[in-house]
Amino acid sequence: MANQQPTTGNPRVDIEYRRRKNAEEMRYQVITFSLMIFLTLMAFAAVGFGDFSSWFIAPFIILLAVVQVIFQLYYFMHMSHKGHEAVQLFLYSGVLVAAVTILAFTTIIWW
Amino acid sequence: MSTYAQKKGVGAVIWDYLTTVDHKKIAILYLIAGGFFFLLGGLEAMFIRIQLAIPNNNFVSAGLYNEILTMHGTTMIFLAAMPLLFAFMNAVMPLQIGARDVAFPFLNSLGFWLFFFGGIFLNLSWFLGGAPDAGWTSYASLSLASEGHGIDFYALGLQIAGFGTLIGGINFLVTIINMRAPGMTYMRMPLFTWSTFVASALILFAFPPLTIGVFFLTFDRMFGANFFDHTMGGNTIIWEHLFWIFGHPEVYILILPSFGIFSEIFATFSRKRLFGYSSMVFATVLIGFLGFMVWAHHMFTTGLGPIANAIFAVATMAIAVPTGIKIFNWIFTMWGGSIKFTTPMLYAVAFIPSFVMGGVTGVMLGAAAADYQYHDTYFVVAHFHYVIVGGVVFALLAGTHFYWPKMFGTMLNELLGKITFWLFLIGFHLTFFIQHFLGLIGMPRRIFTFLPGQGLETGNLISTIGAFLMAVATIVLLVNIVITSVKNVKVGNDPWGDGRTLEWALPSPPPFYNFKQLPLVRGLDPYWIEKMNGNKEMTPAEPIGDIHMPNNSFIPFMISLGLFIAAFGVMYRVDHAWGLPVLIAGLAITFGSMMVRSIKDDHGYHIHKEDLLEDEDKGVKA
Ligand code: HEM
Ligand SMILES: [Cu+2]
Repeated sequence: MANQQPTTGNPRVDIEYRRRKNAEEMRYQVITFSLMIFLTLMAFAAVGFGDFSSWFIAPFIILLAVVQVIFQLYYFMHMSHKGHEAVQLFLYSGVLVAAVTILAFTTIIWW
Repeated sequence: MSTYAQKKGVGAVIWDYLTTVDHKKIAILYLIAGGFFFLLGGLEAMFIRIQLAIPNNNFVSAGLYNEILTMHGTTMIFLAAMPLLFAFMNAVMPLQIGARDVAFPFLNSLGFWLFFFGGIFLNLSWFLGGAPDAGWTSYASLSLASEGHGIDFYALGLQIAGFGTLIGGINFLVTIINMRAPGMTYMRMPLFTWSTFVASALILFAFPPLTIGVFFLTFDRMFGANFFDHTMGGNTIIWEHLFWIFGHPEVYILILPSFGIFSEIFATFSRKRLFGYSSMVFATVLIGFLGFMVWAHHMFTTGLGPIANAIFAVATMAIAVPTGIKIFNWIFTMWGGSIKFTTPMLYAVAFIPSFVMGGVTGVMLGAAAADYQYHDTYFVVAHFHYVIVGGVVFALLAGTHFYWPKMFGTMLNELLGKITFWLFLIGFHLTFFIQHFLGLIGMPRRIFTFLPGQGLETGNLISTIGAFLMAVATIVLLVNIVITSVKNVKVGNDPWGDGRTLEWALPSPPPFYNFKQLPLVRGLDPYWIEKMNGNKEMTPAEPIGDIHMPNNSFIPFMISLGLFIAAFGVMYRVDHAWGLPVLIAGLAITFGSMMVRSIKDDHGYHIHKEDLLEDEDKGVKA
């Protein structure tokens, strides 16, 4: 990244293209934001209404949480943009290591 | 600020090192501190071997033997091998990627001082009622039962030193990702830089489990928690898992940078491009990944069950594949090269068969069913010494000779170097080869004495003789260092004559700003490329301009000192009333120093263009 020209310094930036891109970005953010609120409501609903067993509720909420984290990372923290490859690599490696650990703990230590 | 040319008094030099944020000086600090702990660990090893030289020996008592054994392992892994590798990473890696320093010079200094105070804390146990005595693995049932404060020293000291390592690792990662010179793409990075990168990533992921495990241990022992106490609903096996989830990556944190050092040496002294560069990178990364999937091979006999054992056995053996790729690449690098047998090259050549032997016994141990026989015998001791001494220590010795001119501007004597090498090589094999057979006959690991008439006498005696040879070799090395430093014959940029990577394009030692102009990198082995094109220097990638430098700071020392004091408070809180105030005072120093750092702006300073040009006239080339 050391030799990458910063895009903002470039006088020939296509303003029109930028504007369109930003509008598109904004739309995605609003959509994901409403989706996230919806998912949160679902989580509350799972606990508050109906009597589901805790064997359903716990994995369900964890699943929703994972989806929310992905939304957060990709739509609000722009991980889908270029220049985040190293971040992605380390994030996923961390997730992998943690997952293997949790898997081991839940299979061969506790149960 | 440009005081670098004038002579300074002793006090000023010490103050300079206490406050330095320069990666080259921090490298020297790591080398000195790591070297000191290496000698200490070596002394402990000699005591172990003297005790085991003859049957029924009473050179040391059983309890003291346990303490010496534990401190030997802990010191060697955490306080000697890793810091010494950090010394070379600090000294060389920023130069290799064409950077003026690491990404966070302040944190670099903080990392060193945390390690230093952690190490001192751990070793003060010798004078304050006894050292830890539950082995470097400190398995929980044993370490919870251990009396006195030994294990407390272990837990708190490792915690502090571990923070330092974690900080250092993150710093290297950010440096390599962000600070590469123009043209230095990932696939042009020298292998030592690559292995530093992967090892730092392993540190990032492996140290948190250790931190958690050690925190649990601290709380169990000093704050009445019961994480590992099964009578209170805890589980002692959790410690083993947390320790080895850290512990196996740890051995790769040690061996990967060693591989990196050897890769540089093979290419340099075969005067050939490293064979299979991209497969070397691939193998390094793959070893890094697999390193996290195999920890339970240290626990085959714990009773994980056949399925878990089988999975971990297969994963373990899989690591032999990328390792094999590397071994073949080194051999093919030498093949057809015009080899120069300098001291570093001798170590590199001897490393191949020695390390392969360690790898082969590793695969043997990885066969879970067979491991029931080998486990906790001297066979395991032989295995890990073949990989750690034949791999890591050889690399450290080779690196000391190889990079000494770059760090200090003088060449270590080659004749003495070769004497060290031969003594060490022979001593090493004498000590550890026979231990394979001692183990197979049935000599258990971690015993303080053995009985006569069981066929163990000769083997142990030979082993002790070998250890003495290694001790003599180390003394020769020290003599060499003293002679070289007293003579103080300065050398030029590329004293080996065959340097390939960027660090050899700089003066030895480099000026404190490293590169006057950042170099333009045109391929793998950039300095070699320029030499082959008839250029004497690197092509600059930028005009001469002001260079921004960080200011020295005493704050890292204070932050670490605070934790050091707090650790005493934590430990003695249990039996003295003054413990709690000391704990609070220590934390106050640490957080106060951090506060000062956050509130006070420190923008560093600039070296001006005119000063740089003036330097050039005086002949200080960069
Ligand atoms: C081909 C690669 C390797 C394999 C297959 C392997 C396999 C093993 C196995 C199965 C054990 C456990 C033996 C037992 O306790 O019964 C072991 C122990 C050990 N290995 Fe390795 N290993 C390899 C490489 C390394 C490397 C590169 C290092 C260090 C640089 C290393 C350091 C150790 C240490 C320190 C122990 C002993 C730990 C203890 O119980 O105190 N190994 N190895
Ligand atoms: Cu292992």
